[in-house]
This record gives sequence, C-alpha cells and structure tokens, in this order.
Amino acid sequence: MTDWRPGANHVIQRQRAALLADLRDYFAKQRVMEVETPLLCRAGVSDPALENFEVPCGHEMRFLQTSPEYAMKRLLAAGSGDIFQICKAFRWEEQGVRHNPEYTLLEWYRLGIDHYQLAREVGELVAAVLERPGWQIWSWQAIFQEVLGAGAHTAPREELEALAMGHLGEIPLGLDRDSLLDLLMSHCVEPAINDWGIVFIIDYPASQAALAQQILDVAGEPRGARFECYVDGTELANGYWECGDAAELRARFAEDNSLRKARGQSDRRPDEQLLDALTAGLPPCAGVALGVDRLLALKTGAQDLDAVLSFAWSRS
Amino acid sequence: MANFSTNEFKSGLKVMLDGEPCSILENEFVKPGKGQAFNRVKLRNLRSGRVWDRTFKSGDSLEGADVLDVELEYSYTDGEFFYFMDPVSFDQHAASADAVGDTQKWLREQEKYEVTLYNGAPITVSPPNFIELEITETDPGLKGDTAQGGSKPATLTTGAVVRVPLFISQGESIRIDTRTGDYVSRASKN
Repeated sequence: MTDWRPGANHVIQRQRAALLADLRDYFAKQRVMEVETPLLCRAGVSDPALENFEVPCGHEMRFLQTSPEYAMKRLLAAGSGDIFQICKAFRWEEQGVRHNPEYTLLEWYRLGIDHYQLAREVGELVAAVLERPGWQIWSWQAIFQEVLGAGAHTAPREELEALAMGHLGEIPLGLDRDSLLDLLMSHCVEPAINDWGIVFIIDYPASQAALAQQILDVAGEPRGARFECYVDGTELANGYWECGDAAELRARFAEDNSLRKARGQSDRRPDEQLLDALTAGLPPCAGVALGVDRLLALKTGAQDLDAVLSFAWSRS
Repeated sequence: MANFSTNEFKSGLKVMLDGEPCSILENEFVKPGKGQAFNRVKLRNLRSGRVWDRTFKSGDSLEGADVLDVELEYSYTDGEFFYFMDPVSFDQHAASADAVGDTQKWLREQEKYEVTLYNGAPITVSPPNFIELEITETDPGLKGDTAQGGSKPATLTTGAVVRVPLFISQGESIRIDTRTGDYVSRASKN
C-alpha cells in the first residue's frame, strides 16, 4: 500500500485555508490588486544559485518559474498599480525540512516606496499573522559584526575563508567570496538569530544585490537595496527596492551567465520581454516574495514543511 | 564506483570521504535567502565508527564506497585472524582483530554475524542482539538462592565476564543481550 495520506493534518489544512483568506483580506483592504501570471514561461532565471525545472513543450523548452517576478514587473510596467499574487513557484533540487521544490509564494509590489518602507509593511503583516510583539532591523554589516565579531563587507576572500574556518572547522574548498558570505550567513548568522524573533537584515553587499537597486551607504560604499526577513532564524521573505534600469539588469544577467558557465551550469538567455518592459518604464517600486509554507510552519510550530503541505515532494 | 551528488545523499548511502568508507546518516539542505546552497551532512566512518559533520556545496559529489553488508558464519580463529564463512558460497573471509573489535566477546562458532565488507575485506563485525554462550567459570551458588536478589561474575567461553544471578552455575549456557552485555535468561534447551 502506498503512503497516500496527506502530511498536513485537518487542523493545519484548515489553518492554511484561514491564512490564505486572511492574506487576501489584508491586501483587499490595502487596495492591492490580486493578479495571476503564467508559471510556465519561455525565459528562465540566470541567478546561478537558482535552477528552473525545464519542461519540453513541443519544439521549445519552457521553464517553471522560480518566482512570478518577471511577469509581475511586466504588469507593473503596463500600469497595473500595486499588485499581489499567491502562486506556486518551483526550484529544482531544493529539498529539505525547510524546502520543497514546489512551494507557495506570496509576492507583492508597492509603488513609490523603498525597501525600508516595504520592510515595515512586511514586519506589520508577519507580526500580526504570527502574533509577535514586533521586529528588529539590522544592517547586513552590523549583524555580521555582532555575530562574527568581524566586518565582512570589505574583507578580502582569504580573510572570509579564515573566518569561516575559525567558526566552522571544516569548510568546502574553493568557495568564491560571495559563496563564503553565504556560508557564514547560513551557518553562523542564521543559527545565532534563531531566538531573536522577527529580524530584518537590510542593505546587502553590492555583489548580492540580485534585482535590487544599488545605493550608497553613509560611508559612500555601494550596497544592494535589499532585505531579508528572518523569523526564529528561518528565512521567510526577500525584498528589493527594485532596479528598473534595463541596461543595468542586462549587464547583471550577463555576469550571472558567465558565473554559470564557470560553474558548469547551462546558459540562461535573458527575458527580453522583461527587459523591454523595463525599457518602457517600471514605475519606482519595492517588491517582496514571502514563503507561505514557511509562514504557516512558523504559525503552527511545525518543524518540517511536510507537516504543513498536503502532499510534499516525497508524497506528490 | 559511481559518484553521488549531494542531492542523492540518502541515509545509508556508502561513500568515500578522506579515503575512508562512510555511511551517510543525515543530509540537511541549507540555503540563505539568495545565494549558494549547502548540504550539512552527518556521516559515520565505517572503520572507526566515529560520526563526522561536514558541509558540502550543493551539487558537489563523493565517490561511492564499495561496501557491502553480508551475513556470515563465524568459523574459527588462528590467533591472528578471525575466519568467517559465507553459508551459501562457502567463501572464507579473514577479519582482523581491529575489524572484529568488541564483538570478539560474543563470537561463537556457527553463529551468524553481520559483516561489513569494504573492497571485499571485513571492516566491521556486528553480533546478533542475543547470543547464547557457556559459562566456564563462576562461584558455586549458595543453597536457598532464588531467582531474586544478588548477582555474581561469570566468565564465558569467549573470555567475556558478565553478571549472572546467584543460582546460575558453571557449565550452564546463558542468553545475553550483546547490546548491553546483560544476562537475559538461561539458554533455551535444544
């Protein structure tokens, strides 16, 4: 007999339905329009840390979206105003107690605000859903200093490697500078903040700006205008003060692809429709993607996403 | 041997790490919001039994280890090696004292043991959970001793010493839990 039963029990299934209703209710009250965009698109994602599921569709290959970001930005450029979407997103080979390759994402965009203002909205929403008293905001630089006792923004690769080895003992060989920063973040900072409640980490190294604008900090150093929201050490949401500069993004996509090539990953041609939309004009805005399954896990105290999904990867 | 990527690391998979055959115990996928993913892996070194914690970049791979668990019958020892036989093919395997380790205390001829073969040679020998062995030496029990109260040391044919109830006497066979080394009962009569 197969294990045909759902991982989530009746109580949690009902809590999911209530959470989705509450989220939709919140955005309706905020006059943010719900939208739907396609999940299976012609363009994939070039970020070397992400892999699309590739789906052969007749004579062409299509890509299940790792987030609805590109299509939602095309809506924004076409004049949609504030929008949100609750949809499935797909990430190849990301599986674990906090990862399911197919998962539910809440993504929303607000016109005319920056990532600091958007972080406040995320804080209010998450604190309300999880019934937490409030949240903390740390700059990326300050939290590395606090947890590791070392400034990392400008530290050279060798120094970061020594820092990681000092904290972790054995580390994988040949990590580049950004991978070392990721290692320190996921293995040192995240565990250290697992009893800090809701924590925003804001203003990332410029090399980790992803699709966010570059801004200058008080010291005149370039930073990625990005935030991550952690709850009890679990990464929950990732927000940008969006970069609307088509030429800048084209250059970043090309950089992604050369890194992909160096790592033996396949080339991902840029989404020309997205770039054309940006050329036509993306209104100044900030956007964020929030993992709904993780939010539900935090709300219910589930230790494994299997307990909040009807049929997780191993059951689907 | 084939190579296995981090996403194929399942509990029980046997891989080579630092030249040692290891069995994967746990594999945790870790990823910051954006950026490089890692796998935090717990492995047991099959030779030493030690548990190692290692972090791998997701997508890294390890060579599979030529490791096989087989059930073999213990035959005899020549003082240096312990000889085990495959009851089907009658193949003999010589295990070193290192490989046999603490199981030496629970070796009985014709008994079946789980033997882990690495490149065809035994690296560990595990006893069955229960084994029956004869007592070669113990103090005589006192008259009036019953099933309750008191215990005394008894030496077994293998040289192992276990605590037994006072009413057990020399020459008897007893049943022992090899996981704890505790006396369980008198041996079943065959």
